[in-house]
Formats: sequence, structure tokens, C-alpha cells
Amino acid sequence: MRHTISVLVENKFGVLSRVSGLFSGRGFNIESLSVGETIDRSVSLMTIVTTGDDQIVEQITKQLNKLIDVIKVVDFMDVDHVEREMVLIKVAPRKNDKSEFLKLAEIFRGRIVDSGPATFTVEITGDEKKIAAFIELVRPYGIKEFVRTGKVAIAREGVKKT
Amino acid sequence: MKISGAEILIECLKREGVKHIFGYPGGVVLNIFDVLYDEKDIELILTRHEQGAVHAADGYARASGKTGVCIVTSGPGATNTVTGIATASMDSVPLVVFSGQVPTMLIGNDAFQEADIVGITRPCTKHNYLVKDINDLARTVREAFHIASTGRPGPVLIDLPKDVTTGTAEFKWPEQVSIRGYNPTYHGNKWMIRQAAQMIAKSKKPVIMAGGGVILSGAAKELRELAEIAEIPVTTTLMGLGGFPGSHKLSMGMLGMHGTYYANKAVQDADLLIGIGVRFDDRVTGRTSAFAPGAKIIHIDIDPTSIRKNVRVDLPVVGDVKNVLRDILKVIREQKGQWEAVRKSWLKQIDAWKKEKPLSYTFDKKIIKPEFVVEKIYEISKGKAVICTEVGQNQMWAAQFYKYDEPRKWLSSGGLGTMGYGFPAAIGAQIACPGKLVVDIAGDGSIQMNIQELATAVVNRLPVKVAILNNGYLGMVRQWQELFFRERYSHTRLDTVPDFVKVAEAYGAVGLRAVKPSEVEPVIREAFSIKDRPVFMDFIVDWREKVFPMVPAGAAIDEMIFDEEEKKPAKKLKAVK
Ligand SMILES: Cc1cc2nc3c(=O)[nH]c(=O)nc-3n(C[C@H](O)[C@H](O)[C@H](O)COP(=O)(O)OP(=O)(O)OC[C@H]3O[C@@H](n4cnc5c(N)ncnc54)[C@H](O)[C@@H]3O)c2cc1C
Ligand SMILES: Cc1ncc(C[n+]2csc(CCOP(=O)(O)OP(=O)(O)O)c2C)c(N)n1
Ligand SMILES: [Mg+2]
Repeated sequence: MRHTISVLVENKFGVLSRVSGLFSGRGFNIESLSVGETIDRSVSLMTIVTTGDDQIVEQITKQLNKLIDVIKVVDFMDVDHVEREMVLIKVAPRKNDKSEFLKLAEIFRGRIVDSGPATFTVEITGDEKKIAAFIELVRPYGIKEFVRTGKVAIAREGVKKT
Repeated sequence: MKISGAEILIECLKREGVKHIFGYPGGVVLNIFDVLYDEKDIELILTRHEQGAVHAADGYARASGKTGVCIVTSGPGATNTVTGIATASMDSVPLVVFSGQVPTMLIGNDAFQEADIVGITRPCTKHNYLVKDINDLARTVREAFHIASTGRPGPVLIDLPKDVTTGTAEFKWPEQVSIRGYNPTYHGNKWMIRQAAQMIAKSKKPVIMAGGGVILSGAAKELRELAEIAEIPVTTTLMGLGGFPGSHKLSMGMLGMHGTYYANKAVQDADLLIGIGVRFDDRVTGRTSAFAPGAKIIHIDIDPTSIRKNVRVDLPVVGDVKNVLRDILKVIREQKGQWEAVRKSWLKQIDAWKKEKPLSYTFDKKIIKPEFVVEKIYEISKGKAVICTEVGQNQMWAAQFYKYDEPRKWLSSGGLGTMGYGFPAAIGAQIACPGKLVVDIAGDGSIQMNIQELATAVVNRLPVKVAILNNGYLGMVRQWQELFFRERYSHTRLDTVPDFVKVAEAYGAVGLRAVKPSEVEPVIREAFSIKDRPVFMDFIVDWREKVFPMVPAGAAIDEMIFDEEEKKPAKKLKAVK
């Protein structure tokens, strides 16, 4: 099972290597990891996507919690939440395909952030499904490279059912 | 008034109640050592190797329950501590290790004697620090001692760049420590505790499996009460030895790979297994899928990661053993169970197993059996000694044939299995317990891994006794080669080199030797009578002797093999005399 885990950590040097070292040292899998500061400058938030069965993911969250510099761990599996990832994709469509490609990007609310004589760079944001779908669709147009930020996630504000 | 970082450091140590430090000097810690030169309240014990310093601090900590402290220099001094730190980490021993570091300006430049010790020790410390600002020093030391000694204890390293200890600042001692990411759970969940008590009451065939956590928590008394009130037989892990009296009628000794027949049988046949401060190590469980097949498992542990790491658990209770047992006891006392009647047939069954296959060996009149030496040490010390061990067969015989009735009398590297641990640990233990008899039960291989510490023991007039079970082999490995590698003794033969008596004498210690069984007792008695210096006892033992019972790798723990009569004809290899 794939889990998205958010880890609130002290904003100190070395914390990233404590977390990544924990994963490599214990043979846990990291699919993506993103880090950034939060409103409170003294803490950072990491979003980690990992896979494993229940027992492994239980160990992962417990081991993360055990790190002294980790303040809070949330496994979004059991939490209603929003996930987003951003990808920059450089595509080199043939002349005849250009307009079709641009339309496709538009449908996915992609933004062209750079273009050259033969390439377009598209910025696309979305959840896992949307990004996977977009990449599949543009593949035939000739992807030169792409980079992804890794996923970030945030819990939804609880809406009371009436 | 401003004082130097080195002075701040020593002031902090005093406030933490530190009396002894184990260490070794070098360039970047010179000024710390300079402050220690005038220091009256803290004694630094100079070991002869940094690994020895850490093991000594570890032995000090295990024997006394206090936090062990080390100071070493940067680079090679720091890297030499790694095995000691990893040893302490695996066995949850509270240590604070200070390493010198090159000045902050030079960090990362491959400066002289620079090593990224914070990076190197990250996975084998509970936590570690690089102090970059002298104003953080006192708080960091305070935090380090707090982290090392609370929750599940463990080693903490503080890396001290030279400019931090040579600089000056006001001394400010933080009265409170608060670390928002660190809040161990000390009290068990009330509902879980009631559940646990009910499961105990319902069980017909319960077994308590007690481990290192009982000793770390200081809960031997509570454990004994629970076992006695509810009539539950107790087995301990290697790390739990002494957590429950080994000579108690409810004791089944150690379980696991070299555990007793009856302990392993009982666990496999139990309907309830109560794991108390244990981490279900693979040496204990054997093949996990076949472990305690009929039992519901209750697991009490302060560290949530220990729970369900290796085995399924039916009822987890996170908390400190002492608190949890007290709470369980309260409920159990209310139950007023007819324990004796309920447990009668189970305890009878266990007695039958005890009689069927007790721990045993065949005494020989001509050649010394290593088990005999351990038994004699037990007898002559009246079970009162602090026993340290090296690693290998010596360690297993020391676990099997000496009965540990009290906690902190058994100091052995269980998790990492570090050869060379026992002797420096014995030095630390002797410093922690000046009047007590401290014995290192050693192998001829292991003792050579930190033999230089003879100098430390001699100079400090420490009457540590080392009983070398000299089998001329890396015996435990040889045993595996004999059983599983067709007696191909690849690189495990040591011969009786060196002459340990002469080595001891060269260092100014006493060396004694026993070759015949009749010499064993006089040698031990003479050694125990020496009070002003260390003694090496060189016991030339039967090299063929193996540790039994034994659970082969990958087997269930009741699939034990035992000592068969030696049927094979003359060995191809020459026996060590
Ligand atoms: C050659 C060799 C052979 C070995 N053979 C065996 C064998 O046959 N049998 C055997 O048992 N071992 C054997 N060992 C040792 C084994 O490797 C482990 O070290 C040992 O089994 C671990 O013991 P433990 O489970 O008690 O855990 P420890 O390592 O002592 O861990 C303590 C546990 O208690 C918890 N704890 C700590 N403090 C508290 C507290 N205050 N409250 C609650 N919980 C707490 C910790 O979180 C941890 O889970 C062998 C080792 C060697 C080197
Ligand atoms: C530092 C280290 N290196 C290697 C090992 C592997 N090992 C485990 S037991 C053993 C043999 C120990 O020999 P000795 O000290 O003579 O003890 P014996 O088994 O003969 O009693 C070895 C090499 C280890 N545990 N530690
Ligand atoms: Mg040997």
C-alpha cells in the first residue's frame, strides 16, 4: 500500500539526514520526499510517500516518532486530505502536433512556462492521477525530460455533516 | 562572569552528578583535559584505547544505573568509540560521549583529524549533537543527559568543536529541559492494564518472558511479586538475567537459541506469553512464524517501536515496566484468584521438563570443562559477583551455569555481541562498585580485543578478575563449523598464544593457570583473595566442548539439538592440550 506521511520536524541542520538515514538504514522505501518551512520558522514539514504493508508502515511511523527532532507524524491514510504535486515537463512536439499539444496542456490546466524553437516546458499541478494521466497523454508527443517536486499533502478542514 | 567552554562543560558534568569519566586525550580536547587537571570532584580514568573507554563507561552504567561518560579527541579518537557506542545502543545503555572536533571554521575542509562523527554515529546513538555556539553548550549537555537516561535509555554523543570549548561565555544552567519531540510514555493505558489482568486470570498456561527492560526500569521486585502472586513461571532473555532470581523455583532460566529446554518448551506450549521489557530478538524467537504458536501475547514496553516489530502482539501496553506492573498488580490483587489450583498442572508439567533435560555437561577428571569453571566461580563467589562476559561460548556458559539473583550483576553485550566488551566493562563496573567482586568470564579470542586495558586496571589498582576459558579457538564459530561446515575449521584456530600468565605479569598484574580440574578451585580462590590488582586466570579447557541446547538458525525454538555422545572417531585436528 502507498502511504503519504507528513512529518513535522525541528528546523535544524541534520534533520533531513536523520529521516532519510532512518529509511535507508531500516530498508524502508521512499517514493518521494519534500521538505519546506512552515509558518513557524522553527519547524519544517516533510511529506514522504512510502510503500509497505501495515506492519511496515506502522514501524515507519513509530520509528519516525522516535526521532528526537520529530515533533509530529501523520499518516494521511486515515485522514481526509488534499494532495498535490507539481511537475515540469519539457516536450518537443513535431510542428504539426504543436497546437494539439497546447490544447491538451490547456485541458489539464498546464501552464507553458518556457518555450524554445523546438520545445515547450509545461508546469502541471495536481494529484497523482491527474499527473499520471497527463504524462501518459503527452508521451507520444516526445517528452525530453521532466522533474517532479514530490507530493505535498494537507488535511481537509472537518466539515460537519448535517 | 564569563568562563571558557571547557569550564562550562565540567560545571555541567558536576551538576549532572558525574563522578567518573573514561577518556583519552588529544589535540582538540586539550583544554578540557586542562580543566580536569585541577578538578577534585570528577576523576578521569585514562583507558588505553577509546573503545575501552566507552565499554568501561558502559559497564559503569550497567553496574550502577547511572549514566556513563566519556571524553575523546576528534578523528581517530572519535571513530574508535563507534563500536562501544553501537554496543550501548543495541543494549539500551545510558551514555554521554563527548568527542572533540576541529574548529567550526574548518569543519568540512578535511582538516587534520577531522571525522564527521555526528554523521557516523547517527544510526547508533539515541540522539547526537554538534555544538556550534558556546551559548548552546550548557543546554545541550543538559538535554543529552536527559535523553540518555530517560525513556528507553541509550547513548548520546556531543561533538565539541575546539573553538566552542576554548571560547568564553556566561554560564547559564537550564533548570528545566523541554524537548517538544521527546515525551516517553511512562504509564500504561488503564483499559489495556485491565485487559492484561483478565488475560492473566483466564490463562491456564502462562509464561512471563522478562528482558532488559525489567532491569532498566528497576522493576525486579514488581516482577517477582507478579510471578509469585499469580504463580507464573518466568524465563528471561540474555539481557534479562538477574531481573528475576535465577535460583527461584518459578525461574526457568534463559530462553532462545541457547536457552534451556524447559523454557523453550514452556513458551511453545503456553497459552499466554507476557513479554516484559523484551524486544523479541531473533536469537530469542527462532523462526518467528513458529514462535509461541498457541499463545496470546501481551507485550509491555516503553518503546512503541519494539512492539510488533518482530512478532504479532495481542495486547500491547506502552509504558514503564515498573508502573505497568504495579497497576497490573493492583487489579490482580482485587481478583483474589485461586492461583495455586489453576496453575498446578502447568507448573507440574514444567517441573517434568526441568527433570527431563536439565542444563548439564559431563564432568571429566583429566580435562577442565569450561562449564565446571563457571560453576566453581558461582559456588565460590556465592552468586554475589558482578559477572561480565566476552562474546562466544564463554558468554553462553556464563549465562547458563551462573545463577543471577539480582539485577545489574550480569553485564554482557547481547545485541551487538561485541568481542572485547567484557574486560573494559569489568573495569567500569569495578570503579562503580569498589568493594564488589567483579569477574570477566572471557574467551581466549575476545580477551585479546581489549587486552591493553590491563594497564588501566593495574594503574588504578582495580582487582578485576578475568577467567579466560582458553579453548585455543574462536570457539563459538568453531562450534558452527563443526556442526554445519563438516569440521572445516577455517581460521578459527588460535592455539594457546599468547601466554596469558606472562602477559598479565608483563603488565604488573597477576597471572594464574589451571590445566587440571583439581587446579580450578585453588586458582579461583587465590584470584579472589587478591585485592589490589587485576588477575588473569588462564583455564586450559576442553576445546571440543560445545554450547547446548542449541536451536539451529531458522528452526523453531523447541527444535533444539543436544550434546550427543561423541561418536565420531579420532579427530583429524590435534587437540589443544
Ligand atoms: C552469541 C550470542 C548468543 C545469544 N543467544 C541468546 C539466547 O539464546 N537467548 C537470548 O535471550 N538472547 C541471546 N542473545 C542476546 C540477544 O542477541 C539479545 O541481545 C537479547 O535477546 C535481547 O534481550 P531483550 O529482548 O531483553 O532486549 P534488550 O535489548 O534488553 O531491550 C530491552 C527492551 O526493553 C524495553 N525497555 C527499556 N527500558 C524499559 C522500561 N523502563 N520499561 C519498559 N520497557 C523498557 C526496550 O524498549 C527494549 O524493547 C545472544 C547474543 C549473543 C551475542
Ligand atoms: C568484534 C567481533 N568480531 C567477530 C565476532 C564473531 N564471533 C562471535 S563469537 C566468536 C569467537 C569468540 O572466541 P573466544 O573469545 O575465544 O570465545 P569462545 O567462543 O571460544 O568461548 C567470534 C569470532 C564478534 N562477535 N565480535
Ligand atoms: Mg576461545
